[in-house]
Amino acid sequence: MVSSVLSSAPRATDGAAAAFALKTEKVSRSFGPTRVLHDVSFSVPVGDSRALVGRNGAGKSTLVAIVTGMLSPSAGVVELAGLPAPALGDRAAWRERVACVYQRWTVIPTLTVAENLYLNSQPRNRLGLIGWNRLREQARATLAEWGLDVEPDLMASRLTVEQRQIVEIGRALLQGSRLLILDEPTAELERREVHRLFDRIRHLQQSGVTFIYISHHLEEIYEICRSVTVLRDGLLVADAPLGDMPKGALVQAMVGAAAGAARAAPVGRETVGPAALTVKDLAIGTLVQDVSFNLQPGECMGLAGLAGSGKEEIGEAIIGLRRYKGLIQTAQPGDRIGYVPRDRHERGILPQLSIAENLTVTVTDSFGRFGFISPRRQNDRASALVRSLGIVSASLKQPISELSGGNQQKGLMGRALASAPKVLVLVSPTQGVDIASKEALFGIVAKAQAEGAAVLIISDDLDELAVCDRVQVIFRGRLTRQFGRDRNDEDIVAAIEGLEEEQHG
Amino acid sequence: MVDVAIAAPRGRGKSRAWVSRLQLRELVLLPVIILAMIAGAIVNPSFLTADNLINILQQCSELSILVIAESLILMCGMFDLSLESIVGFCPMLAAWLIVADTTEGGSGFGLNGFVAIALVLVAGAVIGAFNGFLVVRLKLNAFIATLAMLILLRGTTIGMTNGRTLFDLPPEFLYLGSATWFGIPVSIWIAGFLYLIFGLLLRYHRLGRALYAIGGNPEAARIAGIPVERITWGVFALAGLLAALAGLMLTGRIASVVASQGQNLIFYVFAAAVIGGISLNGGQGRLLGALTGVILLGILQNVLTLSQIAAFWIDAAYGAIILLSLIVTRFTGEAPRRA
Repeated sequence: MVSSVLSSAPRATDGAAAAFALKTEKVSRSFGPTRVLHDVSFSVPVGDSRALVGRNGAGKSTLVAIVTGMLSPSAGVVELAGLPAPALGDRAAWRERVACVYQRWTVIPTLTVAENLYLNSQPRNRLGLIGWNRLREQARATLAEWGLDVEPDLMASRLTVEQRQIVEIGRALLQGSRLLILDEPTAELERREVHRLFDRIRHLQQSGVTFIYISHHLEEIYEICRSVTVLRDGLLVADAPLGDMPKGALVQAMVGAAAGAARAAPVGRETVGPAALTVKDLAIGTLVQDVSFNLQPGECMGLAGLAGSGKEEIGEAIIGLRRYKGLIQTAQPGDRIGYVPRDRHERGILPQLSIAENLTVTVTDSFGRFGFISPRRQNDRASALVRSLGIVSASLKQPISELSGGNQQKGLMGRALASAPKVLVLVSPTQGVDIASKEALFGIVAKAQAEGAAVLIISDDLDELAVCDRVQVIFRGRLTRQFGRDRNDEDIVAAIEGLEEEQHG
Repeated sequence: MVDVAIAAPRGRGKSRAWVSRLQLRELVLLPVIILAMIAGAIVNPSFLTADNLINILQQCSELSILVIAESLILMCGMFDLSLESIVGFCPMLAAWLIVADTTEGGSGFGLNGFVAIALVLVAGAVIGAFNGFLVVRLKLNAFIATLAMLILLRGTTIGMTNGRTLFDLPPEFLYLGSATWFGIPVSIWIAGFLYLIFGLLLRYHRLGRALYAIGGNPEAARIAGIPVERITWGVFALAGLLAALAGLMLTGRIASVVASQGQNLIFYVFAAAVIGGISLNGGQGRLLGALTGVILLGILQNVLTLSQIAAFWIDAAYGAIILLSLIVTRFTGEAPRRA
């Protein structure tokens, strides 16, 4: 049954001669002056299941974009199923060869499953019109043949995450692709669903489908993949069967040699007295459970975890953007909490407003009576912040969207500091900024700490975690480990990825 | 792009400071307005008389208040089509309750004129608040929800009096649209006063700045602690109140309420706001710019009438000129901000 479907689909090659589903040779890619991929050469044999791992910013997404034809390499060659890659604009040819199932939805929510499967290639009747009955029957037959259990008449908007993945996989196979890239497929799945997904992957592998599997959950990789390719800072640093790659070696490859030694941990101040922030038995929906910690004045604590681990939700609960059960308390009832959200473009900057207004938006009540804003007072406060943070801008009136990323991020840091907070909650505060700005931002944090603010850095970036006095790790909504000054990056990464028990058991 | 660290934020040349404060965008329409005035002076010598110019201002005073209302809503990234129907409905409701003679289309109730004024304003605010409820709380699409409200109110306005026009309204009810202070119609004073007040509020008050923040990035505004829903809702209610006031002034000017009062006004409201630099995407624009948009439309209307173009063609000419000004502002308006 399976083979009949496979042979009826359009093939990229005339036979099954090609040994490699994917092969890249010295692929590089630069964005402006920054080179994000350097000479990456690797190949994936037909029927393999290959893990592609690397920390954030290692170049995984760029590599995926290149091998799926969304981006052209600056140099190098990509071969799919033994043939040179199609031209960048030839979307149909790419879709017949390779497909990526992203975390974001690419099914059209207002159409049925069957329509999504045959989007733009609907079976037609003699009059050239869409044959609705045939469409449904074909979809049902196809789904059944692959053991994909979804009702074809279901509206796509009503699919669960698991069903949506099935539809996207089915659509890719229908278009002829025998190379599937799964990008963090288990991020939103429950345990049972993950097992069903793995069964499906194994089943399809037997039919000759090749998988590239991207995941931060390393234990899953060992369960489902045969081999692994590791990227770090745009370089391919390891390429081996997983049998030859114990977990320690894999983490080591991801983190890099320099991190083998423990970092010089910052010297925090020992303080006694009431905690600046107390979190006790915090629960947020089904996402976060039993989270308790204290923050002392002048202390910097890291909260590390994967995307979806619940770490950001804890930050949102602390500043009152989210409902929760349990206790969140500052030392004094009126203590202000400064907040730098993740993703400055989406959630941080007010793009059309000036740098001065962006800095002071949370404290406008202090610039005059009855809500009026004295421009002089506002500018005085803003220019003091601009000076102390070293923000570079043409004038205080310049719209913040015209500043560089690093200066925008400093602006958001300034906004968090404008209210003279006792607690600072920073979510990935140096994401997407250059090295110099990163250092400057850390300097600002250290200064706030020295002035007595308690800092909570929510992140999975090792540089950001390195400035913390201690690091709590959250995995699937629960605090799993705490690291003090004596720690090394490998242990933190292992704990973030959920490997903690095996490593230390 | 040249980055310069700030050394001294103040102390530039006075005139440069003014220009940069206005960011030029607000003055883009000035040349067009001057051109239209020259054209007017050529077409008809009576154009440049004080009487005619005051006449222009009075004629567009209602439109200008509606433009304030719509601009506030547009700034938070929202939309309200029903404002023009509030212009008709609220005065009609009050007039209907005032007129004692049922044979003339009244209710026979004989409402006091001052109470009626209050009723007009309250009704406008309530309708606006209800629009806010639909759009902010129920999260209905603003376009279709306020379109439905427009049709509903328009129909009710006609139904109330079987399509008749109501006359014989008490002088206090007509005062705002008919009286003059120091030789200038009260409606011009009111419009000017409102532009001043709302212009200052938008520039120098937390709530005004909150509108820009909400329109620019509602998610970031919410995270920064701005009560996005409450403010947006309030703006809808305020806009309804302003529209009702505009309706009251229009009624005063023509000393009656026509069943079609306010009809088609919304197109000119949008045209004036947009050529005046209010962004349909929210978060951008100033009332000063919107005011130049209103004045341009007012002058054009007047010039076209004076030039004795056949009435059938006035709307077409009007539309063409609005398009032209949009194109002009696109070319001249965006560039200076990058300086």
